[in-house]
Amino acid sequence: MTAELLTCGARELAARMAAGEVSAVEVAQAHLDRIAQTDDHLHAFLRVLSDDALATAADVDSRRAAGAPLGALAGIPVALKDVLTTKGVVTTCGSKMLEHYRPVYDATVVQRLQAADAVIVGKANMDEFAMGSSTENSAFGPSRNPWDLDRVPGGTSGGSTAAAAAFQAPLAIGTDTGGSIRQPAALCGVVGVKPTYGLVSRYGLVAFASSLDQVGPIARDVGDAALLLEVIGGHDACDSTSIPIPPPSYGAELERGVEGLCVGVVREFLATEGLAPDVRARVEDGIARLGKLGAELVDVSLPHAAYGLPAYYLIAPSECSSNLSRFDGVRYGLRVPGETTEQMMSRTREAGFGREVKRRIMIGTYALSAGYYDAYYVSAQRVRTLIIRDFAAAHEQCDVLVGPTAPETAFPLGSKTADPIAMYLQDVFTIPSSLAGAPALSVPVGLDDAGLPVGLQVMAPVLGEGVMFRVARALEADLALDPTPRGPNSLEPPDEEHDAGSDAQPVRLVP
Amino acid sequence: MALTDDDVRHVARLARLGLTEEEVGSLRGELSAILAYAERVQTVATADVPPTSHPYPLANVLRADEPRPSLTSAEAISTAPQAEGGRFRVPRIVDEES
Repeated sequence: MTAELLTCGARELAARMAAGEVSAVEVAQAHLDRIAQTDDHLHAFLRVLSDDALATAADVDSRRAAGAPLGALAGIPVALKDVLTTKGVVTTCGSKMLEHYRPVYDATVVQRLQAADAVIVGKANMDEFAMGSSTENSAFGPSRNPWDLDRVPGGTSGGSTAAAAAFQAPLAIGTDTGGSIRQPAALCGVVGVKPTYGLVSRYGLVAFASSLDQVGPIARDVGDAALLLEVIGGHDACDSTSIPIPPPSYGAELERGVEGLCVGVVREFLATEGLAPDVRARVEDGIARLGKLGAELVDVSLPHAAYGLPAYYLIAPSECSSNLSRFDGVRYGLRVPGETTEQMMSRTREAGFGREVKRRIMIGTYALSAGYYDAYYVSAQRVRTLIIRDFAAAHEQCDVLVGPTAPETAFPLGSKTADPIAMYLQDVFTIPSSLAGAPALSVPVGLDDAGLPVGLQVMAPVLGEGVMFRVARALEADLALDPTPRGPNSLEPPDEEHDAGSDAQPVRLVP
Repeated sequence: MALTDDDVRHVARLARLGLTEEEVGSLRGELSAILAYAERVQTVATADVPPTSHPYPLANVLRADEPRPSLTSAEAISTAPQAEGGRFRVPRIVDEES
């Protein structure tokens, strides 16, 4: 029954553990075994926390046996992006700068996972300091897409989405600044959610672009993603940008269907040059399904969305150049000696940062430097206002907006690394919601002509996660897709061969 | 905006970022292309549109002024590459003669 433990998802696992059919230790061991069997091919993890995971699982089992109350994720394995601090456990952000950094505190998201009795199985790979769209910017080597091992999983949360897609963990935590949860979720065929800016605490999240960064859930279905957001969401006094509201609850809303909802189809997105025709076809099919399910479909326009990408590539690097100034060889991380403090700092940053991080620090420093601040950073902030107004106008008419998540499906490793702007274009559809601070998610909507996953993006107003999940769940239920990666070059699905305690049950792969 | 090698070196100095000569050359072209692309924002960002710094408006966020547990200075300094006497240690900043 090991394969079933891997494929059944978080809520099903929770029910089985609660019913005494399986222990948390067995669940943890099954996932750790799966990681051990597959991660040489996938490289979804930078660090697997086998001992900690098994100890947490054993504690869950003993407390369950004693009849003690347990948290909402009791015994559920979770992969954690390596940009969130874990006390005493190396947190690298995919960078040589922090290769040996052991934080002295846990991020609030980590504390909430622990309080919910989740089992953190490892720290997931990522583009260095969450800058990129493929995980190829990880200083420790790229992750690979379980659907085709020669292709990228997307990024920057590509380790987290690959882990969920490959059944290494039913749940994963990612972070999204301009699309870093949604784009890899689309490319790996899983659900990825960027919540409203301020819904999830960023205390202990190593900052990239502070007016954009947000932590969010990744799962193989909408219900599991919503459950994980309920656990990590809600106000935190340690984060001054945290919205003062209690933890959210979506359960009741999820299955209400789309009848009576107005769904806005963002025409500019579907007309974008560079949107792959088969991606467009799958997304249009998904939209048509929402119409058949009873949603009212209307065309909407986000006239300034096309300026989102250039605005983002001023705002995010500007904020990154400020945030990453803390990596100066003084308080944590790498230090390369120098005769003067300035020389020590320059050498440390030269050695510690990779190519894309240096590029962004340079763009941002330039954009913020004397004489250019108004022309670049402030102009980009004005565009941000225009995009917020575009969304406000569209949401006067529509409950949610829909479109593609990414312009294409998973691309081959190395195919975009020489052209920064080609890589940046991966985020063209995800950036507008990021700039608006509004929630958006990617839900699988089928496969392209090459058999690779396509994601449909659902965008909602600020704090509109409930209606966003409702639309995604209706589409997911109607499509009933099999999330198992398959294809001539895909990762092997879980099977009974590796099952030590096989009871000869057939492999059931979830629909 | 076409940058020169000296522009790149100047910005790198501001950022305290050491670059090889090869990196200076490649960054000159890359930054020029990225900035040319980003300059598109200037065509729509007119002065009558107020800038947005944060998407969710919260101001003067304060917590109660109550003591609570926090890191000890020994913990806070434990991640430092070099420390001495409970302080971060860095190379000399001020010249002896100054």
